[in-house]
Amino acid sequence: MTKTWNNRAWFLVLPVLLLVAFNAIIPLMTVVNYSVQETFGNNLFFFEGTKWYEDVLTSERFHASLFRQFLFTGIILLIEVPLGVAIALTMPRSGPWVSVCLVLMALPLLIPWNVVGAMWNIMALPDIGLLGYGLNALGIPYNFTRQPISAWFTVVLMDVWHWTSLVVLLAYAGLRSIPEAYYQAAKIDGASRWSVFRYIQLPKMNRVLTIAILLRFMDSFMIYTEPFVLTGGGPGNATTFLSIDLVKAALGEFNLGIAAAMSIIYFLMTLLVSWIFYTLMTRGEDQ
Amino acid sequence: MRVTRWLVPTLYIIFLLLPIYWLVNMSFKTTNEILGGFSPWPKNFTIDSYVEILTNPVWYNGYISSISYVLINTVISVAFALPAAYAFSRYRFLGDKHLFFWLLTNRMAPPAVFALPFYQLYSAVGLFDTPWAVALAHCLFNIPLAVWILEGFMSGVPKEIDETAYIDGYSFPRFFVKIFMPLIASGIGVTAFFCFMFSWVELLLAKTLTSVAAKPIAAVMTRTASTSGYELGLLAAAGVLTIIPGAIVIWFVRNYIAKGFALGRV
Repeated sequence: MTKTWNNRAWFLVLPVLLLVAFNAIIPLMTVVNYSVQETFGNNLFFFEGTKWYEDVLTSERFHASLFRQFLFTGIILLIEVPLGVAIALTMPRSGPWVSVCLVLMALPLLIPWNVVGAMWNIMALPDIGLLGYGLNALGIPYNFTRQPISAWFTVVLMDVWHWTSLVVLLAYAGLRSIPEAYYQAAKIDGASRWSVFRYIQLPKMNRVLTIAILLRFMDSFMIYTEPFVLTGGGPGNATTFLSIDLVKAALGEFNLGIAAAMSIIYFLMTLLVSWIFYTLMTRGEDQ
Repeated sequence: MRVTRWLVPTLYIIFLLLPIYWLVNMSFKTTNEILGGFSPWPKNFTIDSYVEILTNPVWYNGYISSISYVLINTVISVAFALPAAYAFSRYRFLGDKHLFFWLLTNRMAPPAVFALPFYQLYSAVGLFDTPWAVALAHCLFNIPLAVWILEGFMSGVPKEIDETAYIDGYSFPRFFVKIFMPLIASGIGVTAFFCFMFSWVELLLAKTLTSVAAKPIAAVMTRTASTSGYELGLLAAAGVLTIIPGAIVIWFVRNYIAKGFALGRV
């Protein structure tokens, strides 16, 4: 659509701008403020410059949780995106079952995140949980509060359970927008299942898959509640992701300077990656 | 081929339902049975946990405060986002692309980053421990999302409709409410659904911004789990009750849900 140039449109945007600015800019300035100062309590602050930033960037603890964060985000993207596409491809295209499938699949997305954590905790308990008991009964030693491998397995499985549906719904929306004529043409040409996927379905899903990857990246990168309730970041620090580490530093240890500097670095990283995605997305739109 | 067509979705749905079944199963067991060992279904079927939650004000007030801030947030987010999304879908103006991206960055901001400053900000303006604090704080990520989804739906409405209405002598507010909003009604429904969803599932900010009066149900659960031993039955029943509002809301938007998740732009 061609848009007309009209600066009065600013008045329509202004309410949103003010409300979001109240929520975003004031807190962000508070964080920036803490990140350059040292406090010894009693509201006495001293300017510290970039000390906290240097501390964070050189601390092994930060490197470790950053590494765990990227590992986690990488694993779940690698599992959820192909799995979601595969499920969307096998879903019925029309009929009474579509609504039922969609409602059941969307269910995990509507459950409060701490309930998701609690639910998987109950599910994974080695003595009374279905998953924990089942695995142990099969002779696989499993205890997510003791073994880092089990904890990782549970956290990843929980995230796959929680969020694969988002990819399915997006991919399904993309698939449904393909006109039936395309499939008929492919049939006449004798196209194989693979070429139908490669040359008809995948290009049509391009846009929605970008959105899916963007949303899954952003949300998994700031994951906090579910692993916190499930494992508390343990055993040891095995599942301490960036957000958990951040809250530990800010509220648990009251290291305001460190926590604030970490927040800023964390935020900038999310921003950078999301900006790259966003540019890729909108570039496709302009063409 | 015929078999895999229904096999894969069926297996996936079973995988999705298993943990939910296990939660429901736990919620109908007595504490003794839970601690007694593994059992695939409740042997001494009891609804004590549900009775406790629905009669104890600490529990049911949690539901009331959760629902009130979610509803306030949904109304604010949609009402504010509507005109903004219209501006983004119809006009080009100074700094529009930067503004749009800036709005989206707030959807990307990890709530953990904002927890402490939010606590101080909302204490300073005197809204701490009210549903309004949580509702306004959730606008941080819900308004950008609402603008994004609505903009997608609005771009699907041809611009000729606006122009015809203006020629017919409609003023902008009257055109917007009488003609434009009915055209994107499904988009508004989907947007409201998403605002409801993200406000309902978020806990970190909701917990930080409340202490006693406006404690959300999710925070009541966390406290129960940590203080009064490990009352799994109660915890499970409370969990089951948090799934129900979401399930009802999905049922209403089931026909639009796929398009809604694609943010209106497929």
